[in-house]
Amino acid sequence: MVQINLPENSKVKKGHYYKDKTGSKNIRKINVYRWDPSSGENPRIDTYEVDMDNCPSKVLDVLNKIKNEIDPSLSYRKSCAHGVCGSCAMNMDGKNGLACTTSHADINGDIDIFPLPHLKVKKDLIGDLDGLYKQYESIEPWLKNNSKDKNDEIYQSQKDREKLDGAYECIMCACCSTSCPSYWWNGDKYLGPAVLLQAYRWIIDSRDEDRKERLEKVADELKLYRCHTILNCTNACPKGLNPAKAIAEIKKMLATT
Amino acid sequence: MSEYNIIDHEYDVVVLGAGGSGLRAAVGLSEAGLKTACISKVFPTRSHTSAAQGGISAALGNMGEDDWRWHMYDTVKGADWLGDQDSIEYLCKEAPKAVIELEKYGVPFSRTEEGKIYQRPFGGMTKNYGNGIVQRTCAAADRTGHAILHTLYGQALKHKTEFFIEYFALDLLMKNGECKGLIAWNLNDGTIHRFRSHITIIATGGYGKVYYSATSAHTCTGDGNAMVLRAGLPLQDMEFVQFHPTGIYGHGTLISEGVRGEGGYLVNSKGERFMERYAPNAKDLASRDVVSRSMSIEINEGRGVGKDKDHVHLHLSHLDKNVIENRLPGITEAARLFANVDVNKEPIPVVPTVHYNMGGIPTNYKAEVITVNGSEKVVTGLMAIGEAACVSVHGANRLGSNSLIDLVVFGRAAAKRAAEIVKPGAPHEVLDESETEKCIDRFDKLRNAKGETLTAELRLEMQKTMQSKCAVFRTEKNLKEGVYEIRKTYDGMKSISVKDRSLIFNTDLVETLEFDNLIRQAITTVDSAYYRKESRGAHAREDFPKRDDDNFMKHTLTWCNGKETKIEYRDVHKSTLTNDVQYFPPQERVY
Repeated sequence: MVQINLPENSKVKKGHYYKDKTGSKNIRKINVYRWDPSSGENPRIDTYEVDMDNCPSKVLDVLNKIKNEIDPSLSYRKSCAHGVCGSCAMNMDGKNGLACTTSHADINGDIDIFPLPHLKVKKDLIGDLDGLYKQYESIEPWLKNNSKDKNDEIYQSQKDREKLDGAYECIMCACCSTSCPSYWWNGDKYLGPAVLLQAYRWIIDSRDEDRKERLEKVADELKLYRCHTILNCTNACPKGLNPAKAIAEIKKMLATT
Repeated sequence: MSEYNIIDHEYDVVVLGAGGSGLRAAVGLSEAGLKTACISKVFPTRSHTSAAQGGISAALGNMGEDDWRWHMYDTVKGADWLGDQDSIEYLCKEAPKAVIELEKYGVPFSRTEEGKIYQRPFGGMTKNYGNGIVQRTCAAADRTGHAILHTLYGQALKHKTEFFIEYFALDLLMKNGECKGLIAWNLNDGTIHRFRSHITIIATGGYGKVYYSATSAHTCTGDGNAMVLRAGLPLQDMEFVQFHPTGIYGHGTLISEGVRGEGGYLVNSKGERFMERYAPNAKDLASRDVVSRSMSIEINEGRGVGKDKDHVHLHLSHLDKNVIENRLPGITEAARLFANVDVNKEPIPVVPTVHYNMGGIPTNYKAEVITVNGSEKVVTGLMAIGEAACVSVHGANRLGSNSLIDLVVFGRAAAKRAAEIVKPGAPHEVLDESETEKCIDRFDKLRNAKGETLTAELRLEMQKTMQSKCAVFRTEKNLKEGVYEIRKTYDGMKSISVKDRSLIFNTDLVETLEFDNLIRQAITTVDSAYYRKESRGAHAREDFPKRDDDNFMKHTLTWCNGKETKIEYRDVHKSTLTNDVQYFPPQERVY
């Protein structure tokens, strides 16, 4: 039997325990993954007791409270705080989501907060999305249309425009791709749900003249067909989009053209 | 200093910021064959342009007759005659071209039945110089900013723009009053990077985070503005801070003006549509400053809703279900998530919330930064665009949907101007090390700050001061207290504490550097407000309730060195750019 073990320096240790200092009667324990590349130490789980009587409703508010009042060294990405920029994607209570739109009241017991799964970690909750961004670039996310007339808009019927609904809204938070077992396994070659949803967005844009080439480009055993319809992606999307359906549509288009 | 690993780069042009304006500039620069670096502290699509909802203005005339001159008149009036009319002419005339260009880039605009770009009514946008409402605001549902930002990022990829992502800019490199580049800190590996460039374009957005309650992102800290102040240059019209009428009560999330554009309206505790009293013609679609003041008066006079009577209701449940579903899906989601409201059944609780900075880095219509030394002077090597800039097209109050158009029109103008000035591959001058040393010294001091006060405490103190002393309504007494208290917070920096000493993704230090940027802008804002003894646009003084064109139809220029400020004024440009349109002389501003 092969023994599979984590490398020694990847083992997650028990970290610091920050006891509540406010005397609050309404305390929750927040367990947060910590790793500082400069320290040379293993990752650890720090536990913070947080006074929930004075904390707004989202998980991001809990993290801000920890950073502002308990431990300023905690690092995570944040920006818009209302679910449009995609910065604060992370794994909370075992589920990927945006910290700024996830209510802590919807989580029972202690709150476990980890970086998005299966990414290299840059620090604490900050995952390395460089690979995903490169894959995004590879699908050439720009309109290809050779209409010569510079001053006229390209017309698009309302019906054609409707086809983009459910695709253009993607905020590239990577919650879907990092919830996909197939992407965990083959993330270097399989494009994953986030990028395939974007590929689909350009394939079905009626204004785009490169549909055929775009389809050919993704028609690859690894890039596309590593999707095994597990549907974790759709389950994870904080914007309620359905990347799995988009992938299925691409497969359908390839099968019928 | 030896501790820091400094890496040198040479570029024709450096763009700082990768939101709508920065990306549009970068695309134009790459097209012009200039070696361009685009530096951003966040991945481009995380920029705050993504939060813009309602739309982008341009007199396309897709939904009824329109004319860019009408758009210009509305913008001049919206600006309460503090805008420079040469720049406003440029903005409005170039707007239709800029939107068509975006459409060709692939922005998924909503469509009319004929398949043209859909346009919706917006506050202050009228036909025939104030006679009736026009549909001028081009929309991609209520996610226009998001759609534009992602499309522009795609264009930048197409043009192979070189990005430096998650780099935090520290300071400009100046020599004899000219800008020679900038220094940035790479959060990914902790190295320091020195970018030498013939032109540096600042596109760092607004600084809404000086206030406690703002629709702004956590990252809206006006880093470029503060770099300009530290370089010994002034900021302009900083007293003009726009409060958006409809931020979600208690959370600050933006609810687009597009809701009122599509027929939504505001109601007080008596069930009155109170805007009918304040703006009999435009009603709920009056200019943002007017609506925000009216709401504040309703609340102050006891007609607010809720337990504390401290907000009002925005109704849209009477709208056609299809309109809500197709044109306002984003705010439907936001209302559910942040106000626990089903917009098909209940009103949204809203309150005026800090949203936009009309003030910023003074520029001309070519995006070149200007300063005043006897007369207006261009600062060689430095440009500014987007919310960071004060062109000034928005004057004392910006109209909704005029910011997105500002981004692309002046982003494009900056690239055009840079291409005129810079010869690709021209050699760079040797720079004195003292600029780098000064910058690293500040960085190192903050990194090793061993005081007792957490950055977050000081930031909160600043935000509360600004919120209470420099809000919708201002008085001499309030502002004077503000001028004093904000300096107390500044002094608090002497005992600031940074716990994390590392260099890789040290967000404790990032937030401290951001606070150092914010506090300087807070000081310039409250000082500028104190000295403007009139009411104009977003600057409403209870003790000087009238606009005073004789004494104050001029731009405030504020220099800030530490907590010391120097204030001067420069005249508003009272002529147009061409003879295509005549100057609009000041009038009384009623909606």
